[in-house]
Amino acid sequence: MIPNQDLSYKAAFSLIIKRDLTIAFRHRDDIMNPLLFFIIVVTLFPLGIGPESTTLSRIAPGIIWVAALLSTLLSLDRLFKSDHDDGSLEQMLLSPHPVFILVLAKIIAHWLVTGLPLIFIAPLLAVLLHLNENSYGALMLTLLLGTPILSLLGAIGVALTVGIKKGGVLLSLLVLPLYIPVLIFATSAIDTAAMNLPYSGQLAIIAALFFGSLTLAPFAVSSALKVSTN
Amino acid sequence: MILLVNSLNIQCSDNQNNKSLLLSANALTCIREDRILFETLDLSIYSGDIVQVEGPNGSGKTSLLRILAGLSQPYDGSVLFQKQSISEHADVFHQNLLYIGHLPGVKGEMTAQENLEFNLALHGNDAATAEETLEKVNLLGFEDALASHLSAGQHRRISLARLWQSSAPIWILDEPFTAIDKRGVSELEQLFLAHAERGGCVILTTHQDLSFPEDRVKKVTLDYRFY
Repeated sequence: MIPNQDLSYKAAFSLIIKRDLTIAFRHRDDIMNPLLFFIIVVTLFPLGIGPESTTLSRIAPGIIWVAALLSTLLSLDRLFKSDHDDGSLEQMLLSPHPVFILVLAKIIAHWLVTGLPLIFIAPLLAVLLHLNENSYGALMLTLLLGTPILSLLGAIGVALTVGIKKGGVLLSLLVLPLYIPVLIFATSAIDTAAMNLPYSGQLAIIAALFFGSLTLAPFAVSSALKVSTN
Repeated sequence: MILLVNSLNIQCSDNQNNKSLLLSANALTCIREDRILFETLDLSIYSGDIVQVEGPNGSGKTSLLRILAGLSQPYDGSVLFQKQSISEHADVFHQNLLYIGHLPGVKGEMTAQENLEFNLALHGNDAATAEETLEKVNLLGFEDALASHLSAGQHRRISLARLWQSSAPIWILDEPFTAIDKRGVSELEQLFLAHAERGGCVILTTHQDLSFPEDRVKKVTLDYRFY
């Protein structure tokens, strides 16, 4: 009676990506809210601090990265919450496909919807903040390597708190400490680039964090989801 | 805590040596909110069985089904699929299991057809059959309607539509008749009967009386316990 099923990882992966992107594009708030939050936070700083270019360019890396981090945190809740609330998460856990593949696809779809737009808009906002012209490369590279880490690590926190009715504060407490290394090394790389010094060391550490979380987070998330739905 | 007060031992099929054992539960104990829902529950489900789990609200019907499906862990005891633990052989078990909980798992942002195609593909069924399957559950004409515009009964129909394409032998259905009209209920009952005749088994909870002959349905009754 064992059904003849197509258990290809690739099919399962693209199935979830396609579904989550369809939902995100029909429910545009998911894309627009974190992006608008990012833009608003960054544009408010020059208004509050004043237009001196020296002060702004000194704090620009920190502002952009802190805003990116908070806007990711804002969007994390959607990652598993709606699937948990309508029962589709149970179906994913019971599907014959390995759960970590489905989870990885969901995290990547989340990054495509929330992380990637930030990378496109960041250089424009950096102009507003008078970011040092040597730093643009470093800003883009750290965002490209760093924002997926935010989605991957955040997913662990969401998976652990998805069963809790008001898990928002708990989620921040769980996830923010894990984000701190990314923030430190990313801003340090951008600062170093501004001084025209090599920043490959910081970038290597961010890359290590990225590959570490890419390989390990899906397994942690699938275990956490099993606990949360218990 | 008082232990072993009323252990339930239910043999779902007698003298069925010719039928294969699909799912068995050994000494299951479930505790929720410091209340024992059931303890040392033994259950043997053979191919061809239709098992109705009944009992008052809060007696642990859903908990039992979730434990049988492997979604929840029992406090004690084990569930075996073809004599293998379902948690250790989850991949094989999941290929043979169709579980529909009391939440339909339908996405409001997707159309009826997209929802069904996703559900079919997720469980390894052929997604190309989605359109004809929707016809079977009386949703023809609603293929391109966003699910958020459909009623609760239609959501339930979208999630139940998988039953028509499923080749999994074990069906575990939590309140499948919720929000379904009378005609729909009798169609589902026919489907359950046909599935059992083909050698599958159906484990369901419902507060309705099934229209099958008395001896066709095996009943598992859970009592509400206060301790």
